[in-house]
Amino acid sequence: MNERLLVATRKGLFTLDRGQGWRITGTAFLGDPVSMVLADPRSNALYAALNLGHFGVKLHRSRDRGASWQEIAAPAYPPQPEDAAGPDWSLVQIWSLECGGKDWPGSLWAGTMPGGLFRSDDEGDSWTLMRSLWDRPERLEWFGGGADSPGIHSICVDPRDSRRVTVAISCGGVWQTVDRGETWQLLGVGMHAAYMPPERATDPNIQDPHRMVACPAAPDVFWLQHHNGIFRSTDHAQSWQQVAPTTPPRYGFPVVVHPRDPDIAWLVPAAADESRFAPDGAVCVHRTRDGGKSFEALRGGLPQEHAYHLVYRHALDIDATGDVLAMGSTTGGLWLSADGGETWQTLGLHLPPIYAVRFG
Amino acid sequence: MPRISFTPNLARHLDAPSTHAAGGSIATVFAEVFRRQPELRGYLLDDQGRLRRHVAVFVNGRRIRDPVSLSDAVTESSDICVVQALSGG
Repeated sequence: MNERLLVATRKGLFTLDRGQGWRITGTAFLGDPVSMVLADPRSNALYAALNLGHFGVKLHRSRDRGASWQEIAAPAYPPQPEDAAGPDWSLVQIWSLECGGKDWPGSLWAGTMPGGLFRSDDEGDSWTLMRSLWDRPERLEWFGGGADSPGIHSICVDPRDSRRVTVAISCGGVWQTVDRGETWQLLGVGMHAAYMPPERATDPNIQDPHRMVACPAAPDVFWLQHHNGIFRSTDHAQSWQQVAPTTPPRYGFPVVVHPRDPDIAWLVPAAADESRFAPDGAVCVHRTRDGGKSFEALRGGLPQEHAYHLVYRHALDIDATGDVLAMGSTTGGLWLSADGGETWQTLGLHLPPIYAVRFG
Repeated sequence: MPRISFTPNLARHLDAPSTHAAGGSIATVFAEVFRRQPELRGYLLDDQGRLRRHVAVFVNGRRIRDPVSLSDAVTESSDICVVQALSGG
């Protein structure tokens, strides 16, 4: 069972400890937006990505469980050719951070806005833009979803072979490499985009996955909350099937999957899509235990009246046991469930807007 | 030699004391400052070397006109102020 919960917010990073009854026992970067946090189990290092309003994107690393932090290199884009089309080659935000695999100690992946994927092989001391993806002509068709520029928010490293990495982009579909970033393939057969002109609806390059996760024990099973539906893949993201296509609401941002059972997943519905708050002002979590054939709405302990919370794509997490979930909202609500989502305990109602929660 | 000072808000992140640095333009003065303190560069300039959108530079009280290539001229007696623009607040 994970002992620690990291909460990245608009106004700093908060650490909660299970041994202290999930109380906040640590704060860092108070006042600064923390867009992502990562606990690396290989080295026990922590990483925090900051998005300073005036002074740009920064990356910090802690080697003492968050007691102290050192600024390290942030990913940086290479010189932009004068005739380059598309968004500026300048880092807007670190949106995702993942470990590169047990067989590549020290390796990290960072997904960014405006759509660049970076890799570090030295625990974040230096970063390299994956030009193999950035230089694809399809990139110029990507566009922002809820943000001015496209961004990579989900990075799934195959635990059986860490050369195989699958990323999801808002809005640029799902891409996969089998050679650690040398070459890339655009995937997404089966997805459709209701927000596009009909003739472009099945174009995989303009799909808007909101969040994509893979089951650690069954890594060929992927779950994906899409802008207009919930999709699942059982062939390592090669093809996708929409689940519960007639059961509203289909809109939302996060999804997590049980670490051992690929048929169990949790999603947080939101009123689509201009409203973006809990449907009817009542917070609930949807759980399926049959691979998406049916869903239950879990509400125990969650606010049910005039509660206009939105849960961002990284603000729902599940611990290594599969029993404990944590969820944070844009209005500073933080909840924890120790029984698979049946009942929720309120850990905070007055935190800053929450960007990400992660056990680690 | 031009004098350059930085918003005290930078002190939350790194040391940036006022200093003097030789140069005939903002670009050359910045180059000298960054030579001495490389980590300061990423706080003021973006990946392409342009002034960050929410950082403002004044020379003798007048905001510079070229935040892209920083070609605004300075003299030996210029007083350069680097502040955080209210647009970013």
